[in-house]
Amino acid sequence: MSANTYSFRPYNVGRFVLWSLFALVLLVAPKLFTSSLAMTMLTQMGIAIIVCLSYNMLLGQGGMLSFGHAVYSGLGAFAAIHTLNKVGAGEWAIPVMLIPIVGGIAGLLVAVLLGAVSTKKSGNTFAMITLGVGELVWSMSLMLPEFFGGEGGVSSNRVVGTPFLGLTFGPQIQVYYLIAVYCFICTALMFAFTQTPLGRMLNAVRDNPERVEFIGYDTQRVRYFAFMIAGFFAGIAGGLYAVNFEIVTAEVVGAQRSGAYLLFTFLGGSLFFFGPIIGAVLLVLASVLLSELTKAWLLYLGLVFLLMVMYAPGGIASLLMMNMRLAAYGFLRRLWTSYLALAGTSLTVLTAVAVIVEMVYHIKLNEALGPQMSFAGVMLDTRGTDAWVGALLLLATGVGLFEVSRRQFVRHWGQVQEDIEAEIQRREGL
Amino acid sequence: METFFVFFLNGISYGLLLFMLSSGLTLIFSMMGVLNFAHTSFYMMGAYFAYALAGTLGFFPALIIAPLLVGLLGAAFERYSLRKVHVYGHVPELLVTFGLSYVVLEVVRLVWGPANVDYRVPESLSGPLFTLANVKGQGLSWLAGAGDAAICGPASGNSCTQFPIYRGFMALVALFMLGSLWLLLTRTRIGLIIQAALTHPDTTQALGHNVPRVMMGVFGGGCALAGLAGVIGGNAFVTEPNMAASVGAIIFVVVVVGGMGSLAGAFLASLLIGLIQTFAVVIDVSAASVMQNLGSPVGFDHWAYPLLKISVSQMAPILPYLLLVLILIFRPKGLLGTREE
Repeated sequence: MSANTYSFRPYNVGRFVLWSLFALVLLVAPKLFTSSLAMTMLTQMGIAIIVCLSYNMLLGQGGMLSFGHAVYSGLGAFAAIHTLNKVGAGEWAIPVMLIPIVGGIAGLLVAVLLGAVSTKKSGNTFAMITLGVGELVWSMSLMLPEFFGGEGGVSSNRVVGTPFLGLTFGPQIQVYYLIAVYCFICTALMFAFTQTPLGRMLNAVRDNPERVEFIGYDTQRVRYFAFMIAGFFAGIAGGLYAVNFEIVTAEVVGAQRSGAYLLFTFLGGSLFFFGPIIGAVLLVLASVLLSELTKAWLLYLGLVFLLMVMYAPGGIASLLMMNMRLAAYGFLRRLWTSYLALAGTSLTVLTAVAVIVEMVYHIKLNEALGPQMSFAGVMLDTRGTDAWVGALLLLATGVGLFEVSRRQFVRHWGQVQEDIEAEIQRREGL
Repeated sequence: METFFVFFLNGISYGLLLFMLSSGLTLIFSMMGVLNFAHTSFYMMGAYFAYALAGTLGFFPALIIAPLLVGLLGAAFERYSLRKVHVYGHVPELLVTFGLSYVVLEVVRLVWGPANVDYRVPESLSGPLFTLANVKGQGLSWLAGAGDAAICGPASGNSCTQFPIYRGFMALVALFMLGSLWLLLTRTRIGLIIQAALTHPDTTQALGHNVPRVMMGVFGGGCALAGLAGVIGGNAFVTEPNMAASVGAIIFVVVVVGGMGSLAGAFLASLLIGLIQTFAVVIDVSAASVMQNLGSPVGFDHWAYPLLKISVSQMAPILPYLLLVLILIFRPKGLLGTREE
């Protein structure tokens, strides 16, 4: 794999600009989106970014496919909420803004304990062990209502202790900025980790463990260290979750949440450092907005994920970077007609599929409301044949046209790649 | 004693069901290196297909047709999706099956609804197969069917435990299936090619066998096994959209505990976990109660009391995972595993 970071001398201008932009986005986002829905989503995005990045430390950088990452963020959240309650009861004196660190330490300790077992193996076995450990903790959460709060969970109040600089963390905006600060620092730290010798060794363990062993490193120990660090950052995200929601239920350690982290980290792109950030934004958008829009959102999600694994295993980030490469050589405009055709035809297919799925869901779930349903403002009669025939025809047309434009796109794409190679050779010749 | 015996048989039949699932998983894994995360989704499909077919055709045709349908779907998935991902390596392969498990779950919810469906044991197979009676003063006696009312009636005071026909049927189907699978793998030409493709895919390919097609067949066959397990397991337990997830983690535990890629190990681990899970639910002993009996009771206010008061029956769901952790600590290869990963 070629170097995935660019550096400029004597000052690393590009990196400086990127990080400043990231900080700026975190800073001004709540000024641009002021509604309370946007606020909750932004805070959740901040949390999701940390946890997805920490997950990618395992998946992308270490090649460890974990099915139990929610265990570390979830137990971090429980530790944080219990600490918050202790602070509220006046037993401990920890400022609220440091509560996420407590979550992080809890995540770290759990990772020290469970990681010792999980990281004994790599590859498929690792995946299965994390799944088993995840189930273990999930079942434990039902057996120990004293700690996990049973069905109702553990609730708390974040406005406790003495305010620091007038920050009570009562208003949502203060919590947002707390999360934003944590998000920025954690992102920076995790990026810094990729540049450390340990981070580099982790990549080596992912790519060629045998050779790493021959050089004299213990691959298991490298994985274990990475696992602990990932657990720490996941715990911080869990702590922020506890501060933000003021309630933690047992489902935060559940398999569903672990699955969501995996899904969206992959969708965002596990091969690039910034991929999980895209994934985290999508995670919140999908689970808040898409789930409001349609009951079938998990189906769409699964289908998109399947197609993504099959055709773009690098996720959205790799698609972006491939087009960046094109743009860098000035070839992007040669492809925009193909892109337009692809977008148009895939939109047709998507509409047709969505109509069919929504109609089936309507028949199954909303039978009582009658056969009429509204789809994007159009009334459809789920009992009549018109809508079904129309949808199927649309689907057939869409698939056909999509295949045609896809073939054309593949041809163009190949051509452009050849031209880029030629351009590279020409530049080298100069 | 009679309860113990019947529970033992129940545990065996559950363990055999687990082995039907884990054998397909192990075969697919050792052949293709693919950990089929959606394996229990195929199990669920088997149960739902059988439910749909049993309504019109009856249970016994469904017993044949549903696994075949599931196998075909599995083969199609291998052909059109998994094979495309093969070039990217094992993690994307696992991910694509993970994605499939989402899609199958949602499609099942879409078609059959989120609640459990009424998939029942057929009339001819319901009822007790035999009854073990502990007759006062005479010891154990074995009675066919529900047992004599004179011996087992409520007035007699004897303790009787029944063993359902269907449990026996499950064990029988599983044993029959596994026997024929073993014969297929060891005694036929197809089995020979499969075994060859397992260890030396390139040579087998060079000898003119279509290895990708063999793999498709193995994947389809493994899925059909899972489907069959679904057909006979779906009505013994519950047929609901959650059934894939609830048994999925256990299957993976079985495969790791038995040793990755070892069929015999999977068999041993399946029976072990089947027995553990069956017996654990009836043992109502906790650390606290043991300490009480030993003469040093723990108070309610002791910090560890919530942990110590958990009885073995409450712990039943986590026992397989505890076993997994213990095995990983003391024998990372698995019970009969050979590869060190």
